[in-house]
Amino acid sequence: MDLFEHQAKELFAEYGIPVPRGIVAHTPEEARAAAEQLTGRVVVKAQVKTGGRGKAGGVKVADDAADAHAKATQILGMDIKGHTVHKVLIEEASQIAEEYYFSFLLDRANRTFLAICSASGGMDIEEVAHTAPEKVAKVPVSPLTGVDRATAREIAVAGGLPQQALDGAAELIEKLWAVFVDEDASLVEVNPMILSADGQVKALDGKVTLDENANFRQAEHAAYVDKAAEDPLEARAKEKHLNYVKLDGNVGIIGNGAGLVMSTLDVVAYAGEEFPGQPKPANFLDIGGGASAEVMANGLEIILSDPSVKSVFVNVFGGITACDAVANGIVSAFQLLQSRGEEVTHPLVVRLDGNNAALGRQILADAALPRVELVDTMDEAAKRAAELAAVGA
Amino acid sequence: MAIWLTENSKIIVQGMTGGEGTKHTRRMLAAGVKVVGGVNARKAGITHEGLPVFGTVKEAMEQTGADVSVVFVPPAATKAAVREAIDAEIPLCVVITEGVPVHDTTEFWAYAVSKGNKTRIIGPNCPGIASPGASNAGIIPADITTKGRVGLVSKSGTLTYQLMYELRDIGFSTCVGIGGDPVIGTTHIDALQAFQDDPETDAIVMIGEIGGDAEERAAAYIDEHVTKPVVAYVAGFTAPEGKTMGHAGAIVSGSAGTAQAKKEALEKVGVRVGRTPSETARLMRDIMSA
Repeated sequence: MDLFEHQAKELFAEYGIPVPRGIVAHTPEEARAAAEQLTGRVVVKAQVKTGGRGKAGGVKVADDAADAHAKATQILGMDIKGHTVHKVLIEEASQIAEEYYFSFLLDRANRTFLAICSASGGMDIEEVAHTAPEKVAKVPVSPLTGVDRATAREIAVAGGLPQQALDGAAELIEKLWAVFVDEDASLVEVNPMILSADGQVKALDGKVTLDENANFRQAEHAAYVDKAAEDPLEARAKEKHLNYVKLDGNVGIIGNGAGLVMSTLDVVAYAGEEFPGQPKPANFLDIGGGASAEVMANGLEIILSDPSVKSVFVNVFGGITACDAVANGIVSAFQLLQSRGEEVTHPLVVRLDGNNAALGRQILADAALPRVELVDTMDEAAKRAAELAAVGA
Repeated sequence: MAIWLTENSKIIVQGMTGGEGTKHTRRMLAAGVKVVGGVNARKAGITHEGLPVFGTVKEAMEQTGADVSVVFVPPAATKAAVREAIDAEIPLCVVITEGVPVHDTTEFWAYAVSKGNKTRIIGPNCPGIASPGASNAGIIPADITTKGRVGLVSKSGTLTYQLMYELRDIGFSTCVGIGGDPVIGTTHIDALQAFQDDPETDAIVMIGEIGGDAEERAAAYIDEHVTKPVVAYVAGFTAPEGKTMGHAGAIVSGSAGTAQAKKEALEKVGVRVGRTPSETARLMRDIMSA
């Protein structure tokens, strides 16, 4: 889960990392009040979970409270790479002497952590990494030894930071390591990390990605969930513990196993290319290995309540839970839906393969469920589901 | 002979007394797999599913001669369980548990490296490893396929099963589910190397998915070291772009991690990449019947 800049900075502040004073505003009026409280020049910064916001015009300096109101008016509601700006951070303007780059992150390829540090910070760090990689220090960090003040200083030196910034940077880096470990982050990034005119090293921006697998020991992270940005169907699915992602097509997808469902999305999209309107997957839904009747019913209920869905493709591979059990699950799911007053209003294409596939198909055929079609192979079933969506469209 | 797991493998289950542990121990036993005991510090001395439960992995190895451990403990206990397996120097540790924090995985991997990598770790968040007709460590439904001469390595569980099933008449030497987590113990490259060296494997199926650059690195490895035919499948061509954040990821991997980039990298080194799982199975069928 990614944090907003203001959340990242609030977290940094808890760990004693110097950040500019700032106040979150949701309206131009709140922006004006915030600027009055902070006094002097302020920076109005769009709060969106994407990079490149400076270049997109989402960060503007305001001379006074009235100007902050004007700049917030411009920025609020902006679209930055598909993210709508719903709030801005009003922050005291910093006197910047120099800009650096710093991050801790997971290095998947080398299966370790990595510190990245460069004296050439700011908006063009990616360009620097590409054209002058020697200016970007990448220092592996072992989770067994971590980062103390001395290591932090070595990293700052490796990044080419000047003498007058080393003490401040080492302290900031050591504290950032504490954030990275104690909060179970897979990324903490400060760009720019600045040396201010008065010689202080500060985090002027903050990006943090938290590992949701660690939620069991990070109870307070639940507060970071951005409920406003959540798709209503995704929110409902989450309540039912379903692994569901809303997409923009019209073929509802249910499958078991993340890889198989991802593959199903591809196969349906390919099949859709041949039909008018080019039907595409409406969602990702992984009901897991067991594929019980209740989970199947919950999944169908979510998918059938998506108004853009025209057909549904149920793609299940029966492994340990054999196909007869899956078929019985589908039959029970229909009964369960009926008892809830829900009607299956769209055609359902079911592909069952694997253990006891023949028996599973027989069970479904005997049940003669309304609007259910059985197709033997994944590729053919995807084609049929896309065709039905095209006809219904 | 298969790789890593043979008919002589003796398996212990860490977390055998839990729900998943019990279910899959029972299933492995029913399939004739040599499960010889379980580990649970709080239940040492009891008998569960007809098998002895030991207090530690070390003790279980001493008493039973076990050389494989399968881990079913909950995510919060996984790091300690794997460290214990590493300390006992068990040759193979298969971590089924899903939802392990990446800091924990990175730490136990660093620990394994610091101890000289005497324990091969597979997973976490994986279905395990099966050598059809010989042994099965984990949750793979090995009865959907047969013994043969194709090796399979995959990030995804159900796609593994799909390919095992589609090629059930041809059969497999070993199928390894390495898991899709950002940090894993055994990689595509480790499996490719083992299959290349295995006299009972003639060809290899590799299944990848979006994210990271493991497939790109595997392609480079194939180019230099693998002479056996490889076919591949990559899932996630049409998956929407993830909410990436910051510049750090792109700086490190140097690759977008897209399915298209992976496909191109693999095809460039002569790997045939199927558009769908079934087409991938057909590509392998063509190779094996040639």
